[in-house]
Amino acid sequence: MSDITAGRLQRASRLIVHPLTVRITHWLNALAIVIMIMSGWRIYNSDPIFPFSFPVGLTLGGSYDGSVDIHNEDGLAGALQWHFAGMWLLTINGIAYIAYGILSGHFRRALFPVGPAAFVRDTIAALQFKLPHHYGVYNAVQRTLYLGVVALGVIMVLSGLAIWKPGQLQELTWLFGGFDVARVIHFLGMTGIVLFLIVHVALVIIVPKTLPTMITGRAPADEPHGKD
Amino acid sequence: MSLISSTSSSKELLRASSAARQIERRLFLRQGLSLGALTLLTGCDVTDTSAVQGVLNGISRWNDRAQAALFNPHRLMPTYPESQAVKDFRYNAYYGASQIPKIDGATFKLNLSGLIDNRKPWTLPELYALPQESQVTRHVCVEGWSMIGKWTGVPLRTFLQRIGADLTARYVGFECADGYYSSIDMGSALHPQTFLTFKISDEILAPKYGYPLKLRIPTKLGFKNPKWITAMFVTNRFPGGFWEDRGYNWFGGV
Repeated sequence: MSDITAGRLQRASRLIVHPLTVRITHWLNALAIVIMIMSGWRIYNSDPIFPFSFPVGLTLGGSYDGSVDIHNEDGLAGALQWHFAGMWLLTINGIAYIAYGILSGHFRRALFPVGPAAFVRDTIAALQFKLPHHYGVYNAVQRTLYLGVVALGVIMVLSGLAIWKPGQLQELTWLFGGFDVARVIHFLGMTGIVLFLIVHVALVIIVPKTLPTMITGRAPADEPHGKD
Repeated sequence: MSLISSTSSSKELLRASSAARQIERRLFLRQGLSLGALTLLTGCDVTDTSAVQGVLNGISRWNDRAQAALFNPHRLMPTYPESQAVKDFRYNAYYGASQIPKIDGATFKLNLSGLIDNRKPWTLPELYALPQESQVTRHVCVEGWSMIGKWTGVPLRTFLQRIGADLTARYVGFECADGYYSSIDMGSALHPQTFLTFKISDEILAPKYGYPLKLRIPTKLGFKNPKWITAMFVTNRFPGGFWEDRGYNWFGGV
């Protein structure tokens, strides 16, 4: 390979931080997650498993007043419609992302290796604001969080199926400890994803230059970066 | 309760109770978090625009087909030891207890219509004379709660065969004394755990549990288990249902 070709390749790989598939699945997933959380909160409100409800204004499922007046019900029907529509987007998009991540080597390059020692080291550095951000290279905290939220997503789809079909998929429901335990797991998984979102969005606010990169895929030319 | 007894129709009653719940929720909103601006932003009236609602309805029909494909006619729903059956089962309807239909068993008749050879109405003694079975299964409500109970009755399959119903038809529909109505697919109607039910916890159904006749179908959500059934029909025309026509998924499979 000539030096010129190598240089061009290096420049090209430098430019693309997030591959197109990652960007598309990221934003479709963001949409699906918002739909699932907000409609899920209204479904939760119809039979809360803990002593609190979510504010109706933060839930999804059509006009609450409208469904009471017109449809004789308090907005559960619309929430269920959203949830069982969003389920397809979340699942299909999630399978596409995971398949791409494994087959293309994206997971291996971007998310591994990761271990407890590196996680502790980077967490301490982050808390001291000494953790530098490099485009295309995830630090150990990011790697752990991204792997964790992908695992949570898988748990949410599976526990959701266990609640949706405790009859036809009764073995799956059994694996989750039965219908009632599966509901609690589904709720705790949601809680974990919401906590992830808070950290995720907070970090983007702290380092806002990462946001356009997830849209264009490209890092600003003067930034240090790794490649993926 | 004064609020409830002063209303005449069940619809008004639901509105009243919903309004009360709504007030509760609004109080919760005020007491809980001051999310006023955010609340306005996420009013979520987007569902009510007809295009979005059309897409959601279309996906719900798709989900009917997906569930029909997932439905295994030979797969039995989990059963439980009798000791786990709840004796004091939850009363559930879209109106308060004062509106429960009072049906006279002596004059009761189950009317039949549609694709059925012998459409003679059935009296209660005639129904009770049919071969009966019991099941201890989990009633799963669309709202999320569930409850294990013991029900006794005649398998719907046996009854459909006895009356000469067209078992190749698509739907079996039910009409109830309180104006409620629902329908199920023939595959689920023929499932061995689908019963026309006379008893709960070994006792004749109390009025609040649907006396004298309730459909017990553990392969479907609670709202597909109509109570106070007065008429049954077999048809190939989609019959819908009370909640189904208000946006609940029609197949409602468990």
